[in-house]
Amino acid sequence: MTERRIETKEFPLANSLRIQGRVIGALFLREVITRYGRHNIGFLWLFVEPMLFTLGVTALWTALKAYHGSSLPIVAFALTGYSTVLLWRNMPSRCIGAIVPNFSLLHHRYVKVIDIFISRVLLEGMGATMSFVVLSIFFIAIGWINLPEDVFKIAVAWTVLSVFGAALAILLGALNEKSELVDKFWHPMSYILFPLSGAAFSVDVLPPGAQEIALWIPMVNAVEMVREGYFGSQYRAHYDFPYLVIITLIVALLALIFTRIAARDLKQE
Amino acid sequence: MICLENVAKDYETRRGRVNILSGVNLTIAPGEKIGILGSNGAGKSTLIKLISGAESPSSGRISRSMTTSWPLAFSGGFQGALTGLDNLRFICRIYGVPTEDKIAPVEEFAELGAYLREPVRTYSSGMRARLAFAISMAIEFDCFLIDEVVAVGDSRFREKCEEELFKKRGDRAMIIVSHNATYVKKHCDRAAVLDKGILHHFNDINIAYQYYNSLMRSGS
Repeated sequence: MTERRIETKEFPLANSLRIQGRVIGALFLREVITRYGRHNIGFLWLFVEPMLFTLGVTALWTALKAYHGSSLPIVAFALTGYSTVLLWRNMPSRCIGAIVPNFSLLHHRYVKVIDIFISRVLLEGMGATMSFVVLSIFFIAIGWINLPEDVFKIAVAWTVLSVFGAALAILLGALNEKSELVDKFWHPMSYILFPLSGAAFSVDVLPPGAQEIALWIPMVNAVEMVREGYFGSQYRAHYDFPYLVIITLIVALLALIFTRIAARDLKQE
Repeated sequence: MICLENVAKDYETRRGRVNILSGVNLTIAPGEKIGILGSNGAGKSTLIKLISGAESPSSGRISRSMTTSWPLAFSGGFQGALTGLDNLRFICRIYGVPTEDKIAPVEEFAELGAYLREPVRTYSSGMRARLAFAISMAIEFDCFLIDEVVAVGDSRFREKCEEELFKKRGDRAMIIVSHNATYVKKHCDRAAVLDKGILHHFNDINIAYQYYNSLMRSGS
């Protein structure tokens, strides 16, 4: 009987965290096998797919000699820019509409709505991160870009942007349970945000007034910071780190609130 | 102990708020077996969803000090792209049970042979039901939720299920939702009838059935 005496609402926090970790791990693996299967390269698609996106964009921008207004090589510019786009754009599309097909999993007492979101966001974040790291190593190895000047700064900016992307994804996923308009609006929104996110321009080349406006967009701050970490001395970055962190925390708080509301009002059929 | 106190459930629909359950009280003690009767649309599934924790009540309180199963033989949680074995692994991971010693019993019980290693979407509905039941038996609970489980498989498989559930796990609490009078009579200590969102309790199952049948005749 002892093995069944584990569950009540009142168990200590450590136990809850252990259960939540276990559930997220299980959902994560389920998602990996479901999405990538065991055929051909299997779960390697997790980062090969975003890598192909980044490589494609890099090739396109190089071919078009895209103007970006800085002295950086176009490859370096595309790698740092497009990789960050993957982070905040793909996570929301995986969370919007994530609950309905997984509703039946909620019959398992331990599975909560937030766990479904977190497992998906983790998977997407890992894919984007591995793609960024592998491509960086590749381009450094063949000598197209130099070693990053400040890896720690890149890691901090990348982490904060990951948390921002995850929080945004969970917020949109939760809001979509209230109104499917979220799904309809997110597609055009993400499309418009792509060129505005700093992926395709450098804040330094904007007129001062426009710079200020651009920095209202959270992603711009993160991209600028990644580029400063990467190219430091060759790049004049403009960003407001505290602003980025505060916005991230606000979005994360809203995400938690709306997930709670969504979980309360869930219904099947 | 599982305790529902004044539990109500409303759904938002296009016609406005619809009340499914109002003021449901229900207490299940360890080892107790209770049958729940109700016509289609009386709110039986909603009640099961609330007890399993898949949905939250609009008002009232649900407290559980027993572990509660998912609705037994419920195959809705299966991911069709995954094999039967992957689905078993997933369930074991969620409940923190080592998979390795569960594979053999599930293999034997579900009688799927090599199909256990094929995607669930290639299964017939009978195979799915057998797998679902076998996986349900892989995790131990204090209280089992049983939602019209009697329809699983052929008569021989049904006997096997009965043996697993009511003989080997006869000490557990059970909540059985069913239309089938003989099934409920055979396995339950008492019964309750769900009508218009209210749960009426009866200590005598025969009286519960008379009440249920009179509701059916009056067409409510």
